[in-house]
Amino acid sequence: MKIAVLVKQVPGSESPLPINSDQKWVDENTIAYIMNESDNYALEEALQIRESKGEGEVVVISLGPVRIQKVIREALAKGADRAIHIQMDSESEIDPLSTASHFVNVMKVEGFDLVFSGLQSDDIGMGQTGVLIGELMGMATASLAIKTEVGDGYIKVKRELEAGWFQWVKLSLPASISIQSGLNTPRYPSLKGIMGAKKKEIKVVEPNKNESKQTLEKIYLPNSDKQTVMIEGSIDQMVEKLIDTFRNNIKIF
Amino acid sequence: MKTLIILEDNNGKIHRMGLESIVAAQKIASALKGSIQAVVIGQNADTLADEAASYKLDEVIKIKDPLLDNYSADGYAEAVKQVIDQENPDYVLFGHSYQVRDYAPKVSAKLMKPFLVDNVAVSIDNGKVVLTKQMFNAKLFSDIKTNGDSPFLISFQSAAFSSDAANKGSAVIKELNINIEASMIKTESEAPFKEQAGGIDLTAADLIVSVGRGIGKEENIPIAQDLATALGAELASSRPVVDAGWLPSAHQVGSSGQSVSPKMYLALGISGAIQHMVGMKGSKNIVAINKDPEAPIFEVADYGVVADVLELVPKLTEALQ
Ligand SMILES: Cc1cc2nc3c(=O)[nH]c(=O)nc-3n(C[C@H](O)[C@H](O)[C@H](O)COP(=O)(O)OP(=O)(O)OC[C@H]3O[C@@H](n4cnc5c(N)ncnc54)[C@H](O)[C@@H]3O)c2cc1C
Ligand SMILES: Nc1ncnc2c1ncn2[C@@H]1O[C@H](COP(=O)(O)O)[C@@H](O)[C@H]1O
Repeated sequence: MKIAVLVKQVPGSESPLPINSDQKWVDENTIAYIMNESDNYALEEALQIRESKGEGEVVVISLGPVRIQKVIREALAKGADRAIHIQMDSESEIDPLSTASHFVNVMKVEGFDLVFSGLQSDDIGMGQTGVLIGELMGMATASLAIKTEVGDGYIKVKRELEAGWFQWVKLSLPASISIQSGLNTPRYPSLKGIMGAKKKEIKVVEPNKNESKQTLEKIYLPNSDKQTVMIEGSIDQMVEKLIDTFRNNIKIF
Repeated sequence: MKTLIILEDNNGKIHRMGLESIVAAQKIASALKGSIQAVVIGQNADTLADEAASYKLDEVIKIKDPLLDNYSADGYAEAVKQVIDQENPDYVLFGHSYQVRDYAPKVSAKLMKPFLVDNVAVSIDNGKVVLTKQMFNAKLFSDIKTNGDSPFLISFQSAAFSSDAANKGSAVIKELNINIEASMIKTESEAPFKEQAGGIDLTAADLIVSVGRGIGKEENIPIAQDLATALGAELASSRPVVDAGWLPSAHQVGSSGQSVSPKMYLALGISGAIQHMVGMKGSKNIVAINKDPEAPIFEVADYGVVADVLELVPKLTEALQ
């Protein structure tokens, strides 16, 4: 069983996000990067499948500038076997078709049984890269997977539907699955894993030239028309004002 | 200029997000002087077509085929692709539902045309459509433009438009033939099922204290629970709290959890991602406590406190007791 896991590096949820003066992207120098949340779950799922089968290979593939080797190393430390880094420096690349075609290019020669990706990237949130790759490669696809069961020549996934509904879908291999958060408990890298990762292969490849079919014109802070009453002061004053708001404005007691 | 809307079947009724995309289509069509067609697919196509025909559209297109009776990503993607091939629209609109997330990217790959997802607004600049999309989990907004030739696939976020604003009218209905073979469908789907929510019904709660990742760790959950108890409120949470196993899934509010509308929703350390907001926007009073003054939750909050929940909440609980 050969499994590709797409792992993206994105700003952490508490990172500052200063907008560049040309309003085309954020200032990457000040950002604290982490592994995309759903990708972390996708990686864990792939590692567990390999471990339960007792054979196979988990290959991490990431697209982006040199800085992304930090999450690649992290994935290798957690137990991925090797990695492919499609090195691309351009910021604010937001065209998922172009992104997917870079991945397809390196995957074509690999022959993966499974492609696991996160449901959605926490920076640009296009929510489609895994499905695009699957379709471009003629694989079966399923998104919003919250459970997987691998059998002989197939994978069954439990999909999350809206409003508390679910559905099991069986896909013959090869298949591309987009993983939703929460389906397992992602591991932390062990010290041994961190040491071992240094020896694992990261193959760096060049992207092909693609034309973007959608481009970012401008990025900006949302402007709210909502009038939020801000409760300010020292902690004790905030407590007092909150209770006053509960009593006199919201009238809960 | 032609706009095509793909309407989703929600148990024999048009999915609310479909009605919202009718509003978007009417906005685009009136600005660019174009026509609107709506597409309904599957075993409920007849009923859906009748419902769709009561809106101000030019035409409703019915797609029926035994292979489309039940949803499959491959079947739906192929059907929509063939409609696009036959009708040549410039813009193809969807609601950004879970079903659309599952199959619409396949249409994009088949046509090699971009799928611009999850937009919150649309405007027209020099005869071209400009879309507004949230990025970085709603902390920033972006304007996105399309390049190259149409068609462009576009989806809108839940509640980007109010479905009440869809203009009524009457449209003609036609049936379109498409060509689908069983071999095109690479998946086998079982029937959808609902999972027991596990006891708590947040939908009827009058007061809710909801806890997000900002609470920091499992050991801190009692801080939120104590406040809920002091207020006589139910305890709810965002998804990461459930994903991490700090609370059972029955507590989750949002697009994959419960939708609530209490008199007061008190959010502790919740950033305000759209998938959470859709579940709690209907609350009469939203109070948010978050240490980040820029957190998107303050966009919907009636009352906001910029503070560390670990510091403020125990004091608040104490004062209430
Ligand atoms: C298809 C799909 C479905 C989803 N369904 C749901 C759903 O049903 N429900 C749901 O909730 N989410 C859902 N999500 C996830 C959603 O997108 C967000 O990731 C999630 O809501 C974020 O939860 P959070 O606000 O608790 O965490 P974060 O976004 O990490 O925010 C934590 C917040 O806490 C603040 N904070 C940190 N420390 C403190 C402190 N000490 N004091 C005060 N504030 C602090 C931070 O400033 C931050 O604003 C879904 C996502 C997808 C893609
Ligand atoms: N540049 C990238 N590097 C690695 N993985 C990516 C990249 N872009 C997208 N992905 C994968 O595709 C998923 C969905 O991304 P998106 O379609 O941008 O929301 C992510 O969660 C990743 O698993």
